[in-house]
Amino acid sequence: MIRFVNASKRYSSGFDALQNVSFHMAPGEMAFLTGHSGAGKSSLLKLIALLERSSRGQVIVNNQNLAKVSRRRIPYFRRNIGIIFQDHQLLFDRTVYDNVALPLIIAGFSHKDIGKRVRAALDKVGLLGKEKKYPITLSGGEQQRVGIARAVVNKPPLILADEPTGNLDPELSAEIMNLFQDFSDVGVTVLVATHDIALISQLPYRTLTLKDGKLITDSQPTSS
Amino acid sequence: MNSNKRKRDTLNRPGFITLLHSYFLRHVQVFFYSLGQLSRVPISTLMTCMVIGIALALPMGLHTLLKNAQQLSGGWESTAQISVFLKKKISASQAQKIQSDIQRWPDVISVHYISRERALKEFQALSGFGDALKALNTNPLPSVLIVKPKLSQTNEQATQKLLSKLRNLKQTDKAQLDMQWVRRLYAIMNIVERGVLILGILLALAVLLVVGNTIRLAIQNRRKEIVVMKLIGGTDAFIRRPFLYTGFWYGLFGGVIAWMLVSFTMLSISAPIEKLTMLYQNQFELTGMSFLTTMSLLGISIILGLIGSWFAVGRHLREIEPQ
Repeated sequence: MIRFVNASKRYSSGFDALQNVSFHMAPGEMAFLTGHSGAGKSSLLKLIALLERSSRGQVIVNNQNLAKVSRRRIPYFRRNIGIIFQDHQLLFDRTVYDNVALPLIIAGFSHKDIGKRVRAALDKVGLLGKEKKYPITLSGGEQQRVGIARAVVNKPPLILADEPTGNLDPELSAEIMNLFQDFSDVGVTVLVATHDIALISQLPYRTLTLKDGKLITDSQPTSS
Repeated sequence: MNSNKRKRDTLNRPGFITLLHSYFLRHVQVFFYSLGQLSRVPISTLMTCMVIGIALALPMGLHTLLKNAQQLSGGWESTAQISVFLKKKISASQAQKIQSDIQRWPDVISVHYISRERALKEFQALSGFGDALKALNTNPLPSVLIVKPKLSQTNEQATQKLLSKLRNLKQTDKAQLDMQWVRRLYAIMNIVERGVLILGILLALAVLLVVGNTIRLAIQNRRKEIVVMKLIGGTDAFIRRPFLYTGFWYGLFGGVIAWMLVSFTMLSISAPIEKLTMLYQNQFELTGMSFLTTMSLLGISIILGLIGSWFAVGRHLREIEPQ
C-alpha cells in the first residue's frame, strides 16, 4: 500500500527533513510512526498525502508512483486517503453532519447515499446523536472523533493520522486507538504518527522510528 | 486481493449517472448557498453591488440619453432645405416666376421666396450688423428661394440631384444645402458615442476590479475552508464554484441597481425634457431603456461579475495550499 524507496525531502531552506527513507506497508497493515518532534514524521505523512513531493527517491502509494501524479490529479488521489489531524481541521461554521458529509459531497455521492454513509461513520465513532451540533460545542475528544468520521466516511483504503491523540487524555487516546484498530481489522491500512510512546508500547503493532530524518528502527511487534 | 480491491473501489465511487445528477444538484445548491452567504452580510453585499451599479449606470444612462438625442435629431434630416441664391440682376417678378416653376417639380414640396429687401431686413434684425449695413449704398444681399425637397427624397443622393438641378438653373448664383449644421451635430454625437463607449469600457474594468477584490477578500476569509477542501480531495473546480457564483450574484444585483438608477433618472428628467421640447413646438417623449438594452445590461453585468471572480479565484486559489 505504501512503499518508500530511498525517499528524501530537502526543503528549499536546505533543511533535510527526510533522508533515504525506505519501508513498505502491506494493505491492511497498521503501524505507528514515531520520533521526536522535528524528526520528520509530519514530512513523511505529507509525502504520502502529496502535500509535498519527495526531492529524491520514490514514494509509491496505492500502486501509484507519486512523482507521476499531476497537480490536477492530486484531488482525486487524496480521496483515497483519510487524513486525521491533531487540530481536527473541522469547519466551525458547519454542523457535524455537514463536516462529515464534505468528502462525499466533493466526490459527488447522491443525497441518499450521503445520509446513510454519514450516519454510519458517526455511529462508528459514537457520535450518532450529535449530527446537528456545531463542532465548537463538542469536547476535544468528540471533535477528534468527528475528524475521524470525516476521514473514513468515504471508506478510503488508507488512513493517515498525525498526532491524533496529541491533545487528549490517556483514556480518550486509547479509545481513538481502538477505532484505528477496528479500521485496520476490516482491511484499511493505517499509519499513525505519534510521540506518545507510552500508548503505543501497549499495542501490538509495527513501529517505525525516525530520528533526524532517518529511519532508525522498524520494529515488528513482539508476538504476545 | 486485487479483485477485492477493485470491488471496494467501485463501491467507493458513485456511478456515472449519480455523478451527473449530483453535479447538477451541486450547482443548484451552490447557486443558493452563495446567495445565502451574501445575505448573511447584507450591508457589505449591498455596498459592493451599489459600486457596481453606479459604475454601470453611468455609461448606461449616457447611452440611453444619446439614443434619445439621436432619435430626436433623426427627424431633422427631413427638414433639410436648399437655399437658392439668385443672381442679383434677377428682378422680383422674375424670381417669383422661377419660384412657381420650381414649385411644379415633382421632387419639391414647397418653395419659399425671400426678396432682397426682406433678406436685408432680416439680416439687419438678426445679425447685429445693422449699422454696418446702413453704411452701404446698395443692398448686397441676393433674393433667395428656400426649396424644401419632398420627404421621400430625403436620402442623400436624391437631395444632391435636386441640388445640382437647382445649381444648373441659369438664374442661380449659388445653391446650398442647409444641412451642414445637422451633419455637424451628428459628427459631435459620434464623438460623444465614442466617448460613452470608452467610458463604458473603463467603468467595466472598474467593475472587474471591484468584483475581483471583493472575491479576493472572500477567499482570504475562507482560507481555512479552502485548505480543508484541498486536504480531502476537493478539485479546483469544486473550490472555485461558490466564488464564481458569488461573482454571478454581484453582477446580477449590480446590474439591477444600475437599471434602477437609470430608470429613476429617466423618470425624473422626462417631465422637464417634455417642457423643453414643448418650447420648441416639438412633441418628444423620452424613451427609457428597451427590454433588449435592459437584458444586455444585466448580461454584461453578470459576465463582468463572473470574469472578475474568475480572475481573483485563479490568482489566489493556487496560493492557498495545505501546510
